[in-house]
Amino acid sequence: MTSLRYEAPETVEDAVRLLADADGEARALAGGTDLLVQLRTDLVRPGLIVDLKRIPRLMEVSANGAEIRVGAAVSGAVLGKSEAVKAAWPGVVEALELIGSTQIQGRASLGGNLCNGSPAADSVPALIAAGAVCEVAGPGGTREVPVEDVITAPGRLALGPGEIVVSFVMPKPPARSGDAYLRFIPRTEMDIAVVGAGVALTLGEDGVCTHARLGLGAVAPTPLLVEDGAKALIGTKVDDEALAALAAAASAACNPIDDKRGTVEYRVKVAGVLARRAALIALERARSNG
Amino acid sequence: MAKYHVTASVNGEPVEFLCAAEQTLLDVLRDELELTGTKEGCATGDCGACSVTVDGTLVCACLMLGTEAEGREIGTIEGMADGDTLHPLQRQFLEDAALQCGVCTPGFLVAAKALLEENPEPTETEARYWLAGNLCRCTGYDKIIRAVMTTAAELRGE
Ligand SMILES: Cc1cc2nc3c(=O)[nH]c(=O)nc-3n(C[C@H](O)[C@H](O)[C@H](O)COP(=O)(O)OP(=O)(O)OC[C@H]3O[C@@H](n4cnc5c(N)ncnc54)[C@H](O)[C@@H]3O)c2cc1C
Ligand code: FES
Ligand code: FES
Repeated sequence: MTSLRYEAPETVEDAVRLLADADGEARALAGGTDLLVQLRTDLVRPGLIVDLKRIPRLMEVSANGAEIRVGAAVSGAVLGKSEAVKAAWPGVVEALELIGSTQIQGRASLGGNLCNGSPAADSVPALIAAGAVCEVAGPGGTREVPVEDVITAPGRLALGPGEIVVSFVMPKPPARSGDAYLRFIPRTEMDIAVVGAGVALTLGEDGVCTHARLGLGAVAPTPLLVEDGAKALIGTKVDDEALAALAAAASAACNPIDDKRGTVEYRVKVAGVLARRAALIALERARSNG
Repeated sequence: MAKYHVTASVNGEPVEFLCAAEQTLLDVLRDELELTGTKEGCATGDCGACSVTVDGTLVCACLMLGTEAEGREIGTIEGMADGDTLHPLQRQFLEDAALQCGVCTPGFLVAAKALLEENPEPTETEARYWLAGNLCRCTGYDKIIRAVMTTAAELRGE
């Protein structure tokens, strides 16, 4: 048996140094709801685990006039109690809260959900729709990476050795903005998304859409930002015609797999339906955020 | 193998233990502290038999390392009864026959207690969703939900 080492640093700098200087494989630990399962099933065999939860910056939620910051290791149970984030980006909070059971919520984080690299990670399409940017710290300093650029292939990230996500930064949405995330699963709880769709949009005073973003999950090797989805909504009153164009853009962006949860044809179709339904909820929220 | 020295509190009592980095909190509770009320059903976060609270938050002990417990307050099924006096949830589970083999029961009780602390007046739907991560292969859930709803009303003095 190899001897596994555990460290719980209290600063970002120490965490980065420990991860970057490790001899063998080193893993960051947030809630452990992916990592401990992978350890248990021998999918990963690191020599070092660096627990990020003693680092205050990874555990904080803060909001100022311009932006909202959510620490990468904040759990669903904690984020679900943040009125500021729920008011600004309810879709992001709902997406994180969809993950697993109450017990899983006690630990699961946005950073872990993203950095596990799954194409079906529930919070990722919602973060993409929200225009969230990761603050990444590494041996070379700090850089900003848009969420849609983090996962490059299933289980593969655009992060170098020793790099960690410190926090997610989202703009404070302007008036008349709303977002929503919906996923389709065969049951009502505790399952992996067949399709996930996140939509964020902003309306002008005249009700015309001035900004929109569409994120999709589980329909391609990585979560997607669908630019054509935004184009379908911007400049319209988000009427039936625009919603049909959004659905078509969502379906066209899909490059899914066939598996026991859904065929290619089914996923392509459901992606359009969910994008449309998420847009309707986002629209409703935008209209009530006058 | 390197051992880590951990100081924590379990059910209000200070504890110290040595554990290896790969040991989960569930392994530590059962094998080091001999608190075997917390059960292992799956070891992958799916069944809830290992439910405990950490600083008041409900989690799966199988998905947390023993080393992570440093300085934390752990709550387990062993802390639920007050001496010989059962917690009202425990009493109601017995009265309603909300258990058969009993493997899932400690997890359900710990999770249900956390529910009633967070939300003393849950709807049946809320109770079912809160307990969706606790699996039972014997009872069919109905008696468990019934016992939780009855206890919630009792604790509210209804
Ligand atoms: C029963 C069960 C049900 C689940 N249901 C769902 C579901 O419905 N939807 C869903 O999307 N997922 C689900 N999951 C998967 C998992 O809970 C989520 O992906 C969760 O968000 C992971 O977060 P974590 O904090 O626990 O990550 P961890 O397990 O701590 O970490 C996951 C990975 O990310 C890395 N990492 C963590 N934080 C950082 C960071 N800040 N910087 C760099 N790397 C980091 C780790 O090294 C590890 O490789 C489920 C898991 C279980 C056990
Ligand atoms: S043993 Fe922990 S959830 Fe099943
Ligand atoms: S009583 Fe047997 S698993 Fe629930």
